Amino acid sequence: MSFYRFRSETLTPEETSMKHANKWIKGAVTGALILSSGVALAQGKGLDEPFRDGYKKALAGKVVGYIPVAMGFDLGIGWYEGLKKELEPHGMKVVARDPNWSTSAGAQAMTALIAEKPAAIVLHNPDVQTYAKLIRKAEKQGIYVVQINMRSQQPSTAFVGADWVDIGEMTTAATIAACQGKSNKIAIVQGAPTAAASAYTLKGVENVLAKNPQVKVVSNQAADWDASKAKAITQTVLKQHPDLCGIVGFWDGMDIGTAAAVKEAGLQGKVFVATSGGGEQSGACDQVMNGSFSYNVSYDVPTQASNMASMIKWLVQGGVKPGAAKQNIYTTLVPLTKENAGNPGACWKLSKK
Amino acid sequence: MKFKLSQQSIVFGLFVLLFLSFSAFLPGFASVGNLLTLVQNVAFLGILGMGMALVVIGRGIDISMIASLAVPPGFLLQMVANGQPLSSALWIALAVALVFGLVNGWLIAYAEVPSLFTTLATGLFLAGLGQAYLFRLEVVQWTEGMDGLAWLGRGSTLGVPTPVVMFAFVSVVCAIFLKKVRAGVFIYGIGDNPNAARATGLPVRPVVVLEYVLASLIGLFAGVVMAASVGSMATRIFNSTMIYDVVLVVVLGGIGLSGGRGGVVNVIIGTLLIGVLLNAMTIMDVGYSVQNIVKGIVLLIAILADSIINPRNEETAQQGDI
Repeated sequence: MSFYRFRSETLTPEETSMKHANKWIKGAVTGALILSSGVALAQGKGLDEPFRDGYKKALAGKVVGYIPVAMGFDLGIGWYEGLKKELEPHGMKVVARDPNWSTSAGAQAMTALIAEKPAAIVLHNPDVQTYAKLIRKAEKQGIYVVQINMRSQQPSTAFVGADWVDIGEMTTAATIAACQGKSNKIAIVQGAPTAAASAYTLKGVENVLAKNPQVKVVSNQAADWDASKAKAITQTVLKQHPDLCGIVGFWDGMDIGTAAAVKEAGLQGKVFVATSGGGEQSGACDQVMNGSFSYNVSYDVPTQASNMASMIKWLVQGGVKPGAAKQNIYTTLVPLTKENAGNPGACWKLSKK
Repeated sequence: MKFKLSQQSIVFGLFVLLFLSFSAFLPGFASVGNLLTLVQNVAFLGILGMGMALVVIGRGIDISMIASLAVPPGFLLQMVANGQPLSSALWIALAVALVFGLVNGWLIAYAEVPSLFTTLATGLFLAGLGQAYLFRLEVVQWTEGMDGLAWLGRGSTLGVPTPVVMFAFVSVVCAIFLKKVRAGVFIYGIGDNPNAARATGLPVRPVVVLEYVLASLIGLFAGVVMAASVGSMATRIFNSTMIYDVVLVVVLGGIGLSGGRGGVVNVIIGTLLIGVLLNAMTIMDVGYSVQNIVKGIVLLIAILADSIINPRNEETAQQGDI
């Protein structure tokens, strides 16, 4: 399923001995057959699979460009490593360009990449607008564009990513469930209000709130994906509403600050903290296990990377013109709580540099 | 006797006015708990403001302070996360901050590059160095190995949150430095008129180097306090607009960019004004964009009032503004 997890098929001793026995029988039978007829040797020749050459030729030497909003965080690195792991053994090359949170640097990188004519570009949009024209241009020039997690208003051949509305609905529903019988006061800590991911998540939050009129939102503020801002806001809110029963956060990287404020107020365990993120071990599972987060929806980055890689393998074999089809692959979301966050494989680990 | 309103008293008046009206009309604002939170939320800004004040009084500016806030503390956290003992990692981080301050100071005092350009470039350099070689991820997590320093940013003393205590500590140290230590007093002389200071025999260049070294060390200190408080160091903070907030706190409080004026009290007033605004707007649940509008209007009022009450004169005209 994913590349960071180790999944071994362990065999019981009985099974192992059976396997050995089978081997011996097979060996004896084969030996007898070979002895009985010399012709059988010639007939044991392998058959060439007729389709692999085409596949190999289609993939070999192809270049895939990769532009995240930045490389220096778990998602950016996770996707990159996942793409490399899936594509490079097939002779493809993944080249990354790091705009380091600058939209103008990202647009330049995209323009430069288009000129280099890679087979596909994997694009992580900082907002819905910036890359829209460039996506159209790239697909017109025969480059497949795969958008990841944050989409542009311009659809391209494939979008792989989380359904943010779903995430907003899940985190809010969990918070409201935890609030039952309590004050029903919740706070919302948004990301950057200009980012599509933040706005879509908010829509999901609103969907659930509309069905739960008993819940009162006492604070709905943006913390700009910044942990220290999230902490400052949460501190103030908790001082005003010490009976707050839950907080819906929009990203675990930022909500480390939200959780720190809850802990400092001595309310850990009393205030439900729901958030979402890429499911990286130290940022997600560890934080759920130590009680910082009560609920963390993971859009498992390795699965997303392998989804993208499969799409790209399929696309570069031809058949579909870039931009001819525009489809979505929404990531299966996994809610992490204390029950499952400790399980092996619940989160993935960044490889050591 | 002629009573003259200074920028400091205007901002202080504005602060008192806002404070009183919020206390009267905003339920939950005037509680002790909320006021402590208010100061706690701007404590890092205030600590950085102290470092910036030292430089600005000496007629300079240090745009690289956010780099000193992010990179040496981030490096410290990363080294400890990689398994290095806290004490040796701390010495290395201190050395990085010290060298950074010395380079800044040397370029400005001896190579005579304007402080704005020097610190703009060195800040970029340090931030880039950090991102390229020092950190694994932009957000460096606080690991258990760092817990020896956790007291700098967590918990409270007699009910006062630790970051506020640290802000008070830095304020007192800076106040003593500026008023009682010879080098501190020299900074005023140098800021007021560098040429006259040199002509009277003050060690202008070494004192300027000292300013930037202190600013860098204060940056490191603020960074460690911040990391301890938040539980991680988001080194991406260098890309934020925080440096403007730091300059704002200093200038708003009444430390003119032309140098030689103001002190610790000005920084405290500027910090509190920003703190009151942010806190009240969070309580009122004012939207993100509206918050920016309000901040902008209040600042404009402060600047406008200053220029009406204290019009340009011969001296300010000659020195010019930045």
